[in-house]
Amino acid sequence: MDRKILDTLFTSVMFVLAFLISLITVVIALILIWKSYPLFQISSISELLFSSIWQPAEGKFGFYPFIMGTIWVTLLSMAIAIPLALLSSIYLAEYAPRQIRNTIKPLIDLLAGIPSILFGLWGILVIVPLVRNDIAPLYGISTTGYCVLSGGIVLSFMVLPIIISLSDELFRTVPLSTRSASFSMGATKWQTVKYVLIRKIYPGLLAAIILGFSRAFGETMAVLMVVGNVAKVPSSVFDPAYPLPALIANNYGEMLSIPLYDSALMFAALVLFCIVVLFNISAKMLLMRFQRGGET
Amino acid sequence: MCASLFIVLGGILSIVFTVFIKGISAISLQMLLETPHGGYYLGQGGGILNAIVGSLLLAGGAMIFSLLIGLPVAMYLHRSMKRSRFTEYIRISLDIASGVPTIVYGAVVFTIMIVIGARSSLFWGMITVALFILPIMIRSMDEIMIHAPKKVITAAFALGSTRTEMLLVVLKQSLPGVLTAILLAFGRGIGDAASILFTTGYSDSLPTSLFEPVATLPLAILFQINSPYLIVQQRAYAAGLILLVIVLLVSLLSRFLSQKFMKYVVK
Repeated sequence: MDRKILDTLFTSVMFVLAFLISLITVVIALILIWKSYPLFQISSISELLFSSIWQPAEGKFGFYPFIMGTIWVTLLSMAIAIPLALLSSIYLAEYAPRQIRNTIKPLIDLLAGIPSILFGLWGILVIVPLVRNDIAPLYGISTTGYCVLSGGIVLSFMVLPIIISLSDELFRTVPLSTRSASFSMGATKWQTVKYVLIRKIYPGLLAAIILGFSRAFGETMAVLMVVGNVAKVPSSVFDPAYPLPALIANNYGEMLSIPLYDSALMFAALVLFCIVVLFNISAKMLLMRFQRGGET
Repeated sequence: MCASLFIVLGGILSIVFTVFIKGISAISLQMLLETPHGGYYLGQGGGILNAIVGSLLLAGGAMIFSLLIGLPVAMYLHRSMKRSRFTEYIRISLDIASGVPTIVYGAVVFTIMIVIGARSSLFWGMITVALFILPIMIRSMDEIMIHAPKKVITAAFALGSTRTEMLLVVLKQSLPGVLTAILLAFGRGIGDAASILFTTGYSDSLPTSLFEPVATLPLAILFQINSPYLIVQQRAYAAGLILLVIVLLVSLLSRFLSQKFMKYVVK
């Protein structure tokens, strides 16, 4: 009898905890909306998103420079990371001998575990001087090195392991018989990869890229340390930018001194939250459709 | 393809070596064993013991918090041994929660702290870190428990065990993976700076209670790297090296432990 009671008791504890945990995202969303609500009363959402006047002291909050800063850095990092990650994972999954694969995979997993602040440190010590002294002079531009390009490079190395290990696993879900069929039609290895494998796991690869994108979008510290933090819409990759997460991190300390400033920062967090959640849900749906397609 | 792999590997090695070499030349015994003295930020004596202790306490505390909540939730997902609408709902919301940027967790917890009038402290830092490592921890435990063999579960039921007792069998069966999940979460917790920037604060002395601000390694790096004094910058490098070593040790430890606990797994 005791065991039965214990079972019921533990089950209800587990149920309650599971239910509460599943509410985390909802609670975060509610708090963000509640806190940024005062801002909606003084200006419309489109005004907030597309105005570039940022003068908190006068109650003017235009997030356009910050949103553009985030988009520039994220897109640049994806432009660097996607080709590198796809080619690396194709090599690892299809071409590399087992031994090489078994040595390299743990290294890439290790990269995934390195804290973002160390990427920032690396960015300051290696990438920023590289951009300042070697890359920018090639184009005849002088820059401090704290710019969109540095942020993009550092960020791309942060999302690489995510995309590589996901797509490597995707390539390995394709059964050997599919490859054999392609080879027996006289296709070369590269043709098999290009026309058969990639076509088959396409939705999965897209999901991996979206997951990488949303990680890059919300990354704070590594970007903040190298991107320059100037509230202006960047016009080239050698300009500094000021992404949304950096805005929150840099100003949260003083937010109570200016009216509505806290609402503005919470609105920045809300924008970040909405975009990341949207991306994650679409990646999840793509993956689920892919898995269902794979089973039948 | 080889070229792109070389770039990726080159990047990884460059990160590890940069942090390592800069750190090695900066580190000293004094750095490891002393807290900051007067004139510390002008380049005088003292070390980063406060940040080392703070980080370990913070990540350790958060790990215990999230283990206490996360383990029952992960077990719940396997209680009925099938995918119901409710368990799938929990899985999806956990996946979404683990994608939310840590700065958002930090901002939300800080807002709650302002509303209830709390000040930044070790305790609130632990709560914040625990919140964002929970989804990661639960989902990786979940992925391991799925692979518990059906025959072991059947055997447990055949011996008359209740569902809770069956779950304990599943837990023992997945012990190596569960340990890896816990340590993975610890590694994520100790390295994050954005979430603790406002919730934990910073202090030059060792913490004496849960409700005091503490120093942490990521913030020690962030605050000292841009100092005009070379010797203060050196401390940021040393903190970086210690953080890297802790993360690597945790990852090695998880491999070692999961092999050691394989003996409990019925194949």
